[in-house]
Amino acid sequence: MQGAKILVVDDEPDFQETVVKRLIDRGFEAAGADDGYSCMEILGKKDMDIVILDVKMPGMDGLEVLKKIKLKWPLVEVIMLTGHASVESGIQGMELGAFDYVMKPYKLEDLVHKLEHAYERKKIQQDKISKAKEGN
Amino acid sequence: MVNKEYNVLKWKIIAAILSFSLIPLIVVGWFIYSQFSTSYQAKINDNILSMAESRRNSLELFFEERVSQLTTLAHSHRFPSLKNEDFLLGIFNTMQARSKSYIDLGIVDQNGDHIAYVGPHKDLRGLNYKNEEWFAATMSSGLYISDVYMGFRSVPHMIIAVMVRETDMTWILRATINLDIIERVVRSAQTGKYGDAFIINRHNILQTNPRFVGSILEKPTCPCPDFSKTINTRVEETKCGNENYIFASAAVNTTNWVLVVMESPQEQLSALFRARERAEVLLILGVLIIFGGTYMVARSFMGKLVRMAKEKALSDEMCFQSNKMAALGKMAAGLAHEVNNPLAVIGEKAGWVKDLLKKEGMPEGPHIREIADSINKIEYHVDRARKVTHRLLGFARRMEPVMEQVDINKLVNDTVSFFSNDALFRNIKIITELDSNMPLVTTDSSQLQQVFLNIINNSVDAVDRDGWIRISTKVDRISNKVEIAFEDNGPGIEQENLSQIFDPFFTTKEPGKGTGLGLSISYQIIEYLGGKIDVESRRGEGAKFTVSLPLRVAQLDAIG
Repeated sequence: MQGAKILVVDDEPDFQETVVKRLIDRGFEAAGADDGYSCMEILGKKDMDIVILDVKMPGMDGLEVLKKIKLKWPLVEVIMLTGHASVESGIQGMELGAFDYVMKPYKLEDLVHKLEHAYERKKIQQDKISKAKEGN
Repeated sequence: MVNKEYNVLKWKIIAAILSFSLIPLIVVGWFIYSQFSTSYQAKINDNILSMAESRRNSLELFFEERVSQLTTLAHSHRFPSLKNEDFLLGIFNTMQARSKSYIDLGIVDQNGDHIAYVGPHKDLRGLNYKNEEWFAATMSSGLYISDVYMGFRSVPHMIIAVMVRETDMTWILRATINLDIIERVVRSAQTGKYGDAFIINRHNILQTNPRFVGSILEKPTCPCPDFSKTINTRVEETKCGNENYIFASAAVNTTNWVLVVMESPQEQLSALFRARERAEVLLILGVLIIFGGTYMVARSFMGKLVRMAKEKALSDEMCFQSNKMAALGKMAAGLAHEVNNPLAVIGEKAGWVKDLLKKEGMPEGPHIREIADSINKIEYHVDRARKVTHRLLGFARRMEPVMEQVDINKLVNDTVSFFSNDALFRNIKIITELDSNMPLVTTDSSQLQQVFLNIINNSVDAVDRDGWIRISTKVDRISNKVEIAFEDNGPGIEQENLSQIFDPFFTTKEPGKGTGLGLSISYQIIEYLGGKIDVESRRGEGAKFTVSLPLRVAQLDAIG
C-alpha cells in the first residue's frame, strides 16, 4: 500500500494541496495538478498508479481527461471526484474505465479505502501483464 | 363556482336547443290549427246560413201556395155561393183533404161582418171585424198576410185575407193558417242541444215559440240581436254571458217575417275542440319528449365536458408538478454542487489540522485541547452539511423519471426526514416499522417519493398536533408485492367522503390550503407503477393508506 503514486487533479488549489499533504502524511507518494493539461503533462513525465480526478474543471473536464488517460496509460487507475452527486457522471466515468467515484465532501478514510482497493487492482493487473510478458 | 358556470352553460344549451326545436313546432301547430279553425268556422257559417235559407224557402213556398190557393178560391166563386156555409164547408174540406194548412175559413162582407164561417170556433161567426187592423189593410191592398196576433179568442194565430171586388159589393175571404205547420218548419231547424230557430216580425216580436230565447209575441231575449231589419240574409256571431252564439237570419218574402236560426258554436265546434285538445296533448307530449331529450343530451354533453376539463386540469397539474420538481431538482443540484466544493475544502483543511495535531503527538495545554475540540466540531458540522447536500442531491437525482432498483425503506426514511422538523414542532411522532427483508423494487423512486410526500403531508395535516404517524413496510412473497402503510391517529375521513378522496379537486382542507390534487395524482402515479392505493378510515379513529406495489414488474418505459 505504501508508496502508491497518486496524482490529485482539482482546479481548487486549497483542496488539492490539502489532499496531497494529507495523502503524503498517510504514506502515499502524492502530487497535485491544477487542470487536465498539467495532469497529462505530469503523467507523461512521471509514472503514476492512481489519478484522483475532479469531474468539473475549467478547460478540459474530468471525463475528457479520463478518456485520454485510459487511451494513453490504460493501467493507471482513476477515481472520479465529484461535487455533483449525479449518477450520470459517476456511471459515465465508470463506463469510461474509472475505478470508482467519490462524492465531495467525503471522509478521507473513505477515499483512502478506495485508493487501497484501486492500488491492489493496479498491482494485480501489472502482475498479470508482467507474467504474460515473461510467458512470451 | 366552476360548477355554477357549467350549470349556467348547461341551461343555456338546453334553452337554445328547446327554442330551436319548439318554436318551429309551435308555429307550425298554431298555423295549421288557425287555418283549420278558420275553414271550419266558415263551414259552420255556411251550414247555418244554408239551413236558414232552406227553411226560409220552405216558408216562402208555403205562403205562396196558400196565397195562390186562397186567391184562386176567392176569384173562382161568387159571393152568394160562398156565403152558404155548407158550400164553403165543402170547399174547405176539399182544401184540407191534402194538407191541414188551415184552421178555418170565413167570409167577411164590406162592413166587417163575419157572415159565413167554417172551422172549429163557431162563436166567431157574426163578429164584426170593421175595427181590426187587418180588415182595413185588406180593404186597401187586396191581399193581407198578418203577423201572429191574439185576436178575439186571445189565442195566437195568423190569417191570410183576400179581398174580392164585385160590381155591387166587396167581400173578403179570410183564412186562419195552422201555426203548427209553420212551427214545424221552424222547429226542424232547431238542431243540437243548444240550437234554436224562430221567426220574428219587422218589430222584432217573436212569431213562433223558440226553445230558449223567450216566448211567442215577446221580444227575443239575450243573446239574440235584433234581426228585424234583415234584408236578405245575415250571419252574425254574438256573445251572451260567457257563451258565444252564432246566428243566421233570412227574410221571408211575401211576409214581413225574418227567420232566425241560432246555434252554439261550442256545440258545432266540438269536433274542432276535440281535435284541438288532442293536438294539445300531442304537443305537450312532444314538448316533454323534446325537453327530456334535450336535458339528457345537454347533461351527458356537460358531463363529458366537465370530465374532460377535470382531466385536462389534472394533466396540466401533473405537468406543472413535474416541471416544478424538475426545476427544483436542478436548482438543488446546482446549489449542492456549489456548496460541496467549499465544504470539501473546509473538511480537508480541518482534517489536515487534525493530522498535524496528531503528528505533534498531542501536546498538552488548554488551548491545544480547545483547538482539537474545535476541529472535531468542524468535522462534525461538515459531515452534517454533507448529509444535507447529499440529501438535496439525492432529491434532485430522483426528479429524473427512470425505472430503477429502489430501496423502499431508504426512500421512506428519506421522505420522513423532510418532515422531521415540522413533526417535531407539532409534536407529532413519526414511527417507522420497516421490514428488514425488503428487497429492491423496480420502480420510479421520484414518483414514488412524491406519493409518499403527499400521503405523509395529508397525515401531518390531519393529525395537526400531538399525535403519531406510523409508517410500516412489508413484503408479501405469496402475492409478490410490497406494501407501505401510512397510519395516523387524526380525525379520520367522513364515510361519505371516502369514495371521493381520489377525485381531482376534492379537498376537505380550508380554501387555499389544498389543491385537491395530491391524492388524485398519487392514485394515478401508483396506478401507472402497476400498484394500487387503499384507504381505510373511520370517523374519529384516524386513517390508514396502504400503497401496494408489484415486486416484479415487466420493464416499463421510463415516464416521460
